Amino acid sequence: MSYPHRHLLGIEPLLPEHIKTILDTAERLREVLDRPIKKVPTLRGRTVVNLFYEASTRTRASFEVAQKVLSADSLTITTATSSVQKGETLLDTARNLEAMNPDMIVVRHASSGAAHFLARHCRSSIVNAGDGAHEHPTQALLDALTLRQKKGRLEGLEVAIVGDLMHSRVARSNIWLLTKMGARVRLCGPPTLIPPGLDHLAPVTTNIDEALEGADAIMMLRVQMERMAGGFFPSLREYHQRYGLTVERVKRAKKDVVILHPGPMNRGVEIASEVADGPWSVILDQVTNGVAVRMAVLYLLLGGAEAAA
Amino acid sequence: MTERLLIRGGRVIDPSQKLDDDLDVLVEDGRIAQIGRRVALRGGDVMEAEGLVVCPGFIDIHTHLREPGREDKETIATGTRAAAAGGYTAVCAMPNTEPVNDNAGITRSIVERARTDGVVHVYPIGAITRGSRGQEMSEYGDLRDAGCVALSDDGKPVASARMMRRALEYAKGFGLTLIDHCEEPSLFEGTCMNEGPVATLLGLRGTPTVGESLVVERDIQLAELTGGRVHIAHLSAAASLDAVRRGKERGVAVTCEVTPHHLLLTDQAVKETEYDTSTKMNPPLRSEADRQGLLDALRGGTIDCIATDHAPHTVDDKKVEYDQAAFGIVGLETAVALCLENLVGGGVIDLARLVELLSTNPARVLDLPGGTLAPNAPADLTLLDLKRKRRVEPARFESKGRCTPFAGWTLRGWPVATIVGGRVVWQDRR
Repeated sequence: MSYPHRHLLGIEPLLPEHIKTILDTAERLREVLDRPIKKVPTLRGRTVVNLFYEASTRTRASFEVAQKVLSADSLTITTATSSVQKGETLLDTARNLEAMNPDMIVVRHASSGAAHFLARHCRSSIVNAGDGAHEHPTQALLDALTLRQKKGRLEGLEVAIVGDLMHSRVARSNIWLLTKMGARVRLCGPPTLIPPGLDHLAPVTTNIDEALEGADAIMMLRVQMERMAGGFFPSLREYHQRYGLTVERVKRAKKDVVILHPGPMNRGVEIASEVADGPWSVILDQVTNGVAVRMAVLYLLLGGAEAAA
Repeated sequence: MTERLLIRGGRVIDPSQKLDDDLDVLVEDGRIAQIGRRVALRGGDVMEAEGLVVCPGFIDIHTHLREPGREDKETIATGTRAAAAGGYTAVCAMPNTEPVNDNAGITRSIVERARTDGVVHVYPIGAITRGSRGQEMSEYGDLRDAGCVALSDDGKPVASARMMRRALEYAKGFGLTLIDHCEEPSLFEGTCMNEGPVATLLGLRGTPTVGESLVVERDIQLAELTGGRVHIAHLSAAASLDAVRRGKERGVAVTCEVTPHHLLLTDQAVKETEYDTSTKMNPPLRSEADRQGLLDALRGGTIDCIATDHAPHTVDDKKVEYDQAAFGIVGLETAVALCLENLVGGGVIDLARLVELLSTNPARVLDLPGGTLAPNAPADLTLLDLKRKRRVEPARFESKGRCTPFAGWTLRGWPVATIVGGRVVWQDRR
């Protein structure tokens, strides 16, 4: 069992066995979170920089908790409080941080490819915590871990991914991961938010009822409010009416369907509150699993494998 | 005293005279004096060209020299040295300098700087509209008299159809061609590559090919309406070629150019290089179907010229996040070799057609001197060694710009000497 890459830039280049390794590792490490003293010395002496160029609650907190539990030293830099405000480039910021010899940089950035850019120009391990509309690999991993816990498997699951497919890095990472692991993915969104060529990856429909029919799991994507201005759809009201997940619609899926959402949710837009807070929702399990998955990624990339041997 | 240079024993290819034969070329006082077998020389220099190809000098109809204003990216001195090293004897300089070349004063300063610093001919192109803002026409009569050979707002489209119509009409009075950067702004804004499956996978915002082709169609129809002359710059989409083909069939005065990068690369390069900004230019690299369309039209004759769209930038402009990076790559020092290796070597076109695309036609499209080795023509010549093998090494470029997606490519067939006005301005001394 091993993970051969120095970076985690996306799910696309990973083989199924690598994904399985990360998920299995997360499963084992998750147990630490249930202990009264939630700290192990695994990554003592390792330094991680969290470089966040975009707002984030869950992802950032989750990486920070994972680092603390594994005893890594970490610091978080957000654009609001950094020299980015003074016009420093991404590369200069990263290189200056590197001069302090961190072992890893976790980066969240609005530009697709920003993590690849750092991987090309930096010595540290780079973990992509979301780059533009490209990938958000740890989100897909935590979604998969949640599904595996709830359903006992990924293979053969019918998973509907619904919403803004065009701008969603969560969707892209999940499509890669789920199809690699043998799940069957259907995609659904308004035609204006379905980018060309997406149907090469999985079947696409604009009819939500069709997409939900017999699904084992539903992943709802966040409607990014700023898209309204882009004229992708006329109103939040119509969006909710046509593409929102309501209790009525959930009934089209399997009885034991689980519902995921990467957060932050727009209640009453892509998801009705009764659904978000209903018995199908595993949204809070996702958050806990987020910590476990990030612990696994830190552990595998920072040479935890040797430490454990 | 008469200055003489005899270029002896080369394979002379001159499509303007349908020549392709082993011949000597005699140059006297900067002009072609005689072409023939065993031309006698009475005093003067001899250049042995046995095993080489001798052609009318290549003319790049689409170059950004950046001077005045952005001398950090390129100057007339470095840009024309790059041109000479790439086998070009002349370049047409796009007006998107700082300030924009939209008046005779700036044109004259470019002409003057080219005279003192330039290694090859520099033909300035004036702006279609003041500041290339698309609002009011610049003074075409003044621009032409100061030395402009064409008009363009390159880098930006002329968004208004009415503005384009007036410009086409008014330019007619001065015999000037409009070089047209075709782009529908509302479909381009905020994008950084071609729209399609690759952009979707990469999560980058793409611009569709219709953003180009519908403006190509519009401006061909406007050229038809007005009787003006339009030359489509850096055509990248197969759909645009259909418009050009139909326009030509109707007898509209339309010509077009393509770049080596659009002929050789597709949007897959963005993915294969993992977002390397050397794959970012405008128009963007397109799909394989578009590329095949361009190659067909190159064979078939719809395409008139191959142009570099040499667009040098500083490292700082390119070594950033993909969507933040400047559009454009350098091309002067790689274009000819890329064409020799991939188009001629690859069997797409023959050598005579390549010379037509690089020399005869650019001269014809803009009524420039050169493009021929007919007696009394300017003695601008490019010599090629079809067997020469070399790697593309940006660190050794004469240009200040180093950003090219072809770095590290080994190419067979390179220019080996560039002669401007009878003088050898560059020679490959390996």
